[in-house]
Amino acid sequence: MSATSYIERYQSIANELPGYNLPWLNAVRQLASGSFEATGFPSPREEEWKYTNVTALEKKLFAPSSISTPSTIDKEWLETHVLADTWTLVMVDGYFDSKLSDLVGLTDKVIATGIAEALQSHPDRVKALLGTTLEKESHGFLAFNTAYFSDGAFIEIPANVKLQKPLQILHISTRNEALANTRSLVGLGRNAEAKLIETFIGLPNISYLTAAVTEIHLAENAVLDHYKLQVETDKAYHFGGVYVKQDKTSHFYQHNLSFGGLLARNEIHAELATAAECEMNGLFLAKNRQHVDNHTLIHHVEPHGISRETYRGVLADRARGVFQGRIVVHPQAQKTSAEMNNRNLLLSEDAEIDAKPQLEILADDVKCSHGVAVGQLAAESIFYLVSRGVDRETAKNMLTFAFANEMVEKIGLDSLRNKVQDHLLNIFPQTGIRRDWL
Amino acid sequence: MLKIENLHVRVEDKPILKGISLHIKPGEVHAIMGPNGSGKSTLSHVLAGRDGYEVTAGTVIYKGKNLLDMPPEERAREGVFLAFQYPVEIPGVSNVYLLKAALNAVRKHRGLPELDAFDFLQMIKAKTKLVEMDEKFLYRAVNEGFSGGEKKRNEILQMAVLEPSLCILDETDSGLDIDALKIVSDGVNSLRSADRSFILVTHYQRLLDYIKPDQVHVLAQGRIVKTGDASLALELEERGYGWIDQTMGEAA
Repeated sequence: MSATSYIERYQSIANELPGYNLPWLNAVRQLASGSFEATGFPSPREEEWKYTNVTALEKKLFAPSSISTPSTIDKEWLETHVLADTWTLVMVDGYFDSKLSDLVGLTDKVIATGIAEALQSHPDRVKALLGTTLEKESHGFLAFNTAYFSDGAFIEIPANVKLQKPLQILHISTRNEALANTRSLVGLGRNAEAKLIETFIGLPNISYLTAAVTEIHLAENAVLDHYKLQVETDKAYHFGGVYVKQDKTSHFYQHNLSFGGLLARNEIHAELATAAECEMNGLFLAKNRQHVDNHTLIHHVEPHGISRETYRGVLADRARGVFQGRIVVHPQAQKTSAEMNNRNLLLSEDAEIDAKPQLEILADDVKCSHGVAVGQLAAESIFYLVSRGVDRETAKNMLTFAFANEMVEKIGLDSLRNKVQDHLLNIFPQTGIRRDWL
Repeated sequence: MLKIENLHVRVEDKPILKGISLHIKPGEVHAIMGPNGSGKSTLSHVLAGRDGYEVTAGTVIYKGKNLLDMPPEERAREGVFLAFQYPVEIPGVSNVYLLKAALNAVRKHRGLPELDAFDFLQMIKAKTKLVEMDEKFLYRAVNEGFSGGEKKRNEILQMAVLEPSLCILDETDSGLDIDALKIVSDGVNSLRSADRSFILVTHYQRLLDYIKPDQVHVLAQGRIVKTGDASLALELEERGYGWIDQTMGEAA
């Protein structure tokens, strides 16, 4: 019923979808469309979606934007979200906008463009990457995304190239009731190094759906720092998945910062080959009636892999949070070292968290640990601050900020760290914390 | 400065303090000694306003005001400072940030403007020298990963910055080696003044080798059982707390 309505809407713009003239891509899209038609969006009956109900999407029926009706974007507003000293790829309502993007000075060895454009200029490169990280994945959102992505970023960094500046993909939604459905592909060759920031924002007060899937392939010894900053509007629905395939001795450092959205689901999945390293850091903040779900999955499929996962959540008012962290150590993956930690702070009696760590260890010579904690602010810490003259409310806010800020401090990129701290201070304006003191 | 009259305090249903009276004049240093479980720490916590203590009788008048009516932050702003026996680690809040927030809260209460960044930093740097603390500690999270001695020095640093009128040191000497004890004591001594009073809560006499008290009170089973000058501490050291129990036994 509902899936059908989305499918109908897309059929009317099928000829606008990138690569519609490429038989191989059409086949991929048709398969996905069939799968989406059969399942619809994920349902809470599915184990991996147990805590997050997206049936509202089916009632809302967000409409895909058309590329033929470009939005005008206030440059000043946009600038506040662009990180200094980066190359930027801007997506507006699901379409790459080359005019708003800035790739000046980027070496021509690197391909960085929209996927629609890449399908024309480098169709074989797109074909080589598309879907390669999704072999173990299946759910309605992914099928939906594959069937109907309107555009996305295509970034390929060849072997031995180290990017001098970070790349930022800015996903912007500008229309009420609209849907932005993007697929981004990122490939790093052997020994390549890059920093990539994906920022998700929307114009104030609008309601919309973001469905963004990023596939990342890291060849041997490649190093990628990936930051996801999700600051959608408080009426937005966000599905954002990042799927990573790591060849041997590659490094993937991920920071998942999820602050916005009425309902947000972040998936970060990685598969590690021999001696690959993966770090996943997450911070999620929610208040009022926000719902934020973080679903992480790490497959150790070969020996000597290292994964470190640290997630923190702060939930206020009637907000609801989910942390599902799964680590699978496959039988061949001896000498794996995996650590997972999740701590959650509940600021109100009505706030809720479902925290579910899962370790599946099928090899016998491994070092794995996990820990989960849910709690309130410590009374002795509050008293300590209060006994120094700080009022109780400020003391609580300071401690909350500190709890979150410890994750923010892990961000190695100064410009992003400052921006994230600004967001943090905006979300909890009563922290009594002043920007210039930090 | 401080007048405690007939103070009775319960924790849950257990009476801990059973009628404490204590008068402290400006500029005086009073030592409160006693065996474990005598109620020393309870007294310091009640004065600082910690939750979980029920005052069942008695009064505490501080600078003419009812101290027990004030929430802890107001006590701090009025000039009461508790140096904790176990200073709390606050990951994510830097020392300098806490100092600034606390100092501004106190200054605001006193009708003073906030210090600008330059004056604040100058002041803080001067105070760190007082406790022989490396400036890099200012930018570290409050007490996180500090050694026992560093934590206690940090308490004295906060005290020096906030310039309280009544300083309560709760077993500040516990867990300190001789060098750290000397640094902490020097810090305290440099803060002594005609309008600032101290309560030193301690189990051992050795702190009093460095900070000379005007009066020594011996607390046992929730009561002050003996009061004397500095020589009382030496006598206690020599004869042990068993001697007090004996005295009490005789009195009973």
